[in-house]
Amino acid sequence: MSKVLMKGNEAIAEAAIRGGCKFFFGYPITPQNELPEYMSRELPKHGGVFLQAESEVAAINMVYGAAGAGGRVMTSSSSPGIALKQEGISYIAGANLPAVIVNIVRGGPGLGGIQPAQSDYNQVTRGGGDGDYKMPVFVPANLQEMVDIMMEAFDIADYYRNPVMVVGDGMIGQMMEPIEFKKPVPRELPVKDWITTGTKGERKPNIINSLFLEASDLENHNLEAQEKYAEMVKNETRVENYNMEKPELVLTAYGTTSRICKNVIAEFKKEGIEIGLIRPITVWPFPHKAFEDIPESAKGILVVEMSQGQMIDDVKIANNGRLPIGFHGRSGGMIPDPQDIILKVREMLGGVK
Amino acid sequence: MAIVYDKSKGLTDVELHFCPGCTHGTVHKLVAEVLVELDVLEKSVGVAPVGCSALSYDYFNCDMQQASHGRAPAVATGIKRVNPELVVWTYQGDGDLASIGTAEIIHVAHRGEKITTIFINNAIYGMTGGQMAPTTLIGQKTTTTQDGRTVEHSGKPLKMAEMLATIDGAKFVERVSVDTPTNIRKAKKAIRKAFELQLSGKGFGIVEVLSTCPTNWALTPRDSLQWLRDNMMPYYPLGNFRTPEEDE
Repeated sequence: MSKVLMKGNEAIAEAAIRGGCKFFFGYPITPQNELPEYMSRELPKHGGVFLQAESEVAAINMVYGAAGAGGRVMTSSSSPGIALKQEGISYIAGANLPAVIVNIVRGGPGLGGIQPAQSDYNQVTRGGGDGDYKMPVFVPANLQEMVDIMMEAFDIADYYRNPVMVVGDGMIGQMMEPIEFKKPVPRELPVKDWITTGTKGERKPNIINSLFLEASDLENHNLEAQEKYAEMVKNETRVENYNMEKPELVLTAYGTTSRICKNVIAEFKKEGIEIGLIRPITVWPFPHKAFEDIPESAKGILVVEMSQGQMIDDVKIANNGRLPIGFHGRSGGMIPDPQDIILKVREMLGGVK
Repeated sequence: MAIVYDKSKGLTDVELHFCPGCTHGTVHKLVAEVLVELDVLEKSVGVAPVGCSALSYDYFNCDMQQASHGRAPAVATGIKRVNPELVVWTYQGDGDLASIGTAEIIHVAHRGEKITTIFINNAIYGMTGGQMAPTTLIGQKTTTTQDGRTVEHSGKPLKMAEMLATIDGAKFVERVSVDTPTNIRKAKKAIRKAFELQLSGKGFGIVEVLSTCPTNWALTPRDSLQWLRDNMMPYYPLGNFRTPEEDE
């Protein structure tokens, strides 16, 4: 198939439909509105249902109900809206339900702003909801990667019976890039024999639930979830290691920030200085091994984020005290300037070279 | 010997956790009987949220979803939109429906969502230990209104049935009570009509059931029934507020 030029939010919606999404529940919030708008127009043409909910809270609970009834379902929102959905996401995880949540991140805290940001790292990787739950969190860096992940996301959710989050900063949602819709590698998906479709007199009632009043039952429920999360760590951790053969310094960044870092790397190459990049494609599971595998040539790690420093905590855990860690971040919708990153790299390499 | 009374097939054999004298058990029985009599038990999905109804998923002999506090109407919307041929219903208390979940209940009515809601109004939070509900009466003592609820501090109790009846998509709205055998029969009739409305595909139906909470009212079961008649019925009049026939 030939490439098409599409706006990010619309490309995400189209990829979701091609990935088998049949139900969408959402509430308007900038900068992701083109996504539900596209869904409202296109999903019914594919035998699906779009419904604009009365709130983010209602939308995520509609997702819960739909997932429990066997629907391939998603919602999308942006940072403050995702904060409102966190309780529902915890319930979805607690009840072992598959669903896809798209977060087109804007600056916070509070109402914040509507410009691109990466300040939702903690809210998407640490859960905003209660309890010991995890979900795969994808952070693509360009539209092609975004649509590839969207087309696979519903299978991943069904495979693990778990929510999956796909995160783009506001730039991913608003930019246009040429993309190609490619079918993902098929997974063998388990039969949904647990869904509430009416007993039809043929089986015992199915119950969708996250309540366990017996302490030992709840602990066992959590231990089973941990086994599932261990499988996700093993199978779903994704990372790009870029120019990592013999770097003097390693940059680490995700999403569109990683593209700025690649420009920085190209600048240093002109001077004969090799700078590497570890680009997490999943931030949960976090690609710890990539950091363990950093060659001896590296003198340090520079974390670059569109926040005041959130992923840096995971980098510190992965680094485990081995290398010095520097940080450069902009927030509130301000984009990191390559020149500032270059200055910071020179500083970490021990002055101007 | 002929069996003249039997437990409904719509209920499981799990022992109910409700306190002695509480009317939840009666309402559970009525819902179960209606589902069986309409022959829809096997294609029905109930949604039980948070409160004394939280464990209802163990009591009804059909597919069930447990929902977060107040969100049962949203969860039911998700189920019904995926599978419109299912009979989907919620069973919610007054803390759930009239306080934390007001947005959700108003908007299922607003959309005319083809689901049925059974609303238990016992003028108090039962499960959490007797705190004030939006339906708590003026002067009523609760653990958070220890000298009695006042209008100045908390306003007047919400009349959900009357309020929902103003919304076009709510095609069947009735308030009933289960304090006497006669009223229990009337309540069952209303619940049946609310489910028949769903089967007709005309819109949203809700039955508000005045109920007792002897434990948190600190009254005997019998005195509770009398307290309901003396105090709740004058403020929450029984009757129908909306039938689909009105719109035809």
